[in-house]
Amino acid sequence: MDWLTTVDHKKLGILYLWFTLFFFAVGGILAILVRTQLAVGENTFLANDAYNQIFTMHASAMLFLFIIPIWAGFGNYFVPLQIGALDMAFPRINALSFWMLPPAGLLMFAGFLVDGGAAAGGWTAYSPLSRQAGMGMDLWIMAVLLLGMSSTIGAANFLVTMFRMRAPGMTMFRMPIFTWTMLVTALLQLLATPVLAAALAMLFIDRNYGGAFFDPNGGGNVVLWQNVFWFYSHPAVYIMILPGMGIISEILPVFSRKPLFGYKAFVFATMGIGALGFSVWAHHMFTTGAVLLPFFGIMTFMIGVPTGVKIFNWLGTLWGGSISFKAPMLFALGFVSMFLIGGLNGTFSAAVPVDFALHDTYFVVAHIHYVLFGGSVFAVFAGMYYWFPKIWGRKLDERLGQLHFVFMFIGFNLAFFPMHLLGLDGMPRRIATYANESGWEPLNILSTVGAYIIAIGMIPFIINLVLAFRRPPDQPNDPWEGNTLEWATTSPPPVHNFDSIPPVKSERPLFDARQENTNMENH
Amino acid sequence: MTAGTTTHQKESMSNGMLGFILFLASEVMFFGGLFAAYFIARADSPSWPPTELLSAQQIADGVKLELEVVLTAISTGILILSSVTVQWAVFQIQRGNQKGLLWGLFISIVLGAIFLVMQMYDYTQLHFRADDTVFGTTFYTLTGFHGAHVLGGVIIMTLILGRSLAGHFTAEHHEAVEAASMYWHFVDIVWIALFATLYLIPA
Repeated sequence: MDWLTTVDHKKLGILYLWFTLFFFAVGGILAILVRTQLAVGENTFLANDAYNQIFTMHASAMLFLFIIPIWAGFGNYFVPLQIGALDMAFPRINALSFWMLPPAGLLMFAGFLVDGGAAAGGWTAYSPLSRQAGMGMDLWIMAVLLLGMSSTIGAANFLVTMFRMRAPGMTMFRMPIFTWTMLVTALLQLLATPVLAAALAMLFIDRNYGGAFFDPNGGGNVVLWQNVFWFYSHPAVYIMILPGMGIISEILPVFSRKPLFGYKAFVFATMGIGALGFSVWAHHMFTTGAVLLPFFGIMTFMIGVPTGVKIFNWLGTLWGGSISFKAPMLFALGFVSMFLIGGLNGTFSAAVPVDFALHDTYFVVAHIHYVLFGGSVFAVFAGMYYWFPKIWGRKLDERLGQLHFVFMFIGFNLAFFPMHLLGLDGMPRRIATYANESGWEPLNILSTVGAYIIAIGMIPFIINLVLAFRRPPDQPNDPWEGNTLEWATTSPPPVHNFDSIPPVKSERPLFDARQENTNMENH
Repeated sequence: MTAGTTTHQKESMSNGMLGFILFLASEVMFFGGLFAAYFIARADSPSWPPTELLSAQQIADGVKLELEVVLTAISTGILILSSVTVQWAVFQIQRGNQKGLLWGLFISIVLGAIFLVMQMYDYTQLHFRADDTVFGTTFYTLTGFHGAHVLGGVIIMTLILGRSLAGHFTAEHHEAVEAASMYWHFVDIVWIALFATLYLIPA
């Protein structure tokens, strides 16, 4: 009962985490169904209609119900702690943000129960497919609208919290990197999500009230959907990755025993990605012939610059560090390497002529999974292993964590690297099956095996969770020798977060405190 | 908590007000998306209103893609006037004049309601519907969402009026009044942009 009425940012953060992990599991099961269907050519495991619904719901669950809200979950728990605040600025609005999610999840998945099934037009819901689809599409629209409202008001809440609730000494340029990435993410959410709401409203009107927004017969424009949708959804891919970058930028310094290399450069690079993120949406639409190719191509290449800066931040942090390969660090290093591949293959398709060849092939699927799975999901687990002792006062087992990582890393590359080759060979995405003569079967089998290995890799993680919760909480304030304020309080923290806050004189207040202690002992 | 520079500058604005302004920014983006749709539809169309898109059936049914400018110009004036009166209400409470606040709010609510009634009447007089080409779709979507915001503003001001009657506001404490007035100004500005775009820009 306490959990239903709570306005404590920590409890809401935990609710977010469980909710999103549940949908990670659901989306994962759907992914396994997709990979099973695609394992061999001319497979009849899933009917075409079912396949379309399942791949659509896989992406929708993973993006809207897992990755975007899980950052809100980590953010809820750790932003107030990291800036030394007692809670979010608006605790009740915070609770509202969370409680919009369960009805949205139910609405979206209720599509499977209605006539015509769930949404089946892909998570991008392109018109005219989405105009013609059955009622599941309407449920999908309402669900995404709800989720959008949740993240818009959540974003305003995060921004006010960061602008107004910082502890004495915690200047903007002393805020932990994770908090900074949440700040830029919140700005993107605040300004981009309402445009998606407008797009969804138009689609709903087209579908239900005879509107002609996307209907050329009535003077509408099919490409308009793509413009408004990607005006949100391109910034949204940064919404999905920036907090992950923030998490690993917390972890790499702690497990290298060094400060983050180029703190300010990292902050400015994050802002740069956020700003440029609004000027590249049409690179998803090169082949429509309706967008200014050179402009969007160049802007997309430019995003590689701040992203490259970050890669150097991370490498510079590792350089000469005293690195310990604990589970959080393994996942963080996995992020850096996989995200690098995802960044590079993304830059390939920024080149317009290359994109014309690769558009809507499995190369794009490979790219999105290298950034969102190899990137974001690895960051989620990095954050889980890193912050688990703080949230629940228990440490996850190191050996099981390493096993989890090995399965994920091997399975991930096995599942998604072949997709590059399939894409180059012309295998289109979003098809239920392919001809035996296509020669795509061996690589698809490999990819499916990889997907199964990822799924098996979740077993040690679940065992790890169960074992951890069976142990009594025993963790000290700061088990990793961290840098940021969340480690200054007990694990788990009291309701009021801090009994006392150490003075904040740099972006590493806990490091400063440890130094001071050693100095005093030496005297 | 000793040393270190303080990050809490003298705060000119409460957290609630800051959050409210951020919310308004998201509203701007929402209407921005709708306006973009309108401009794209209009740019795509060889003529505006796109009468050539009407089918013989629609013409036989009496569909005419024409807007009622005079009535709407009057209601625009009424909405602008309500912005003035709500600002007057804010000025009154800043001086501690609770009675002025009540009257200012009351008049603004009445003017907002008149605007809504006129919009409803306008809808009944028009010879096209939302499904009559993208002209009808954009017109009803944009004015409809705006109308919903006017209704929201009227409700907010009514709540504020209730709190004013209960004596909640003084010269020092009246932030909710300021926020409500800002929302109302926002709704008003959107309407001026809408009126200019939908009614005044020549084809």
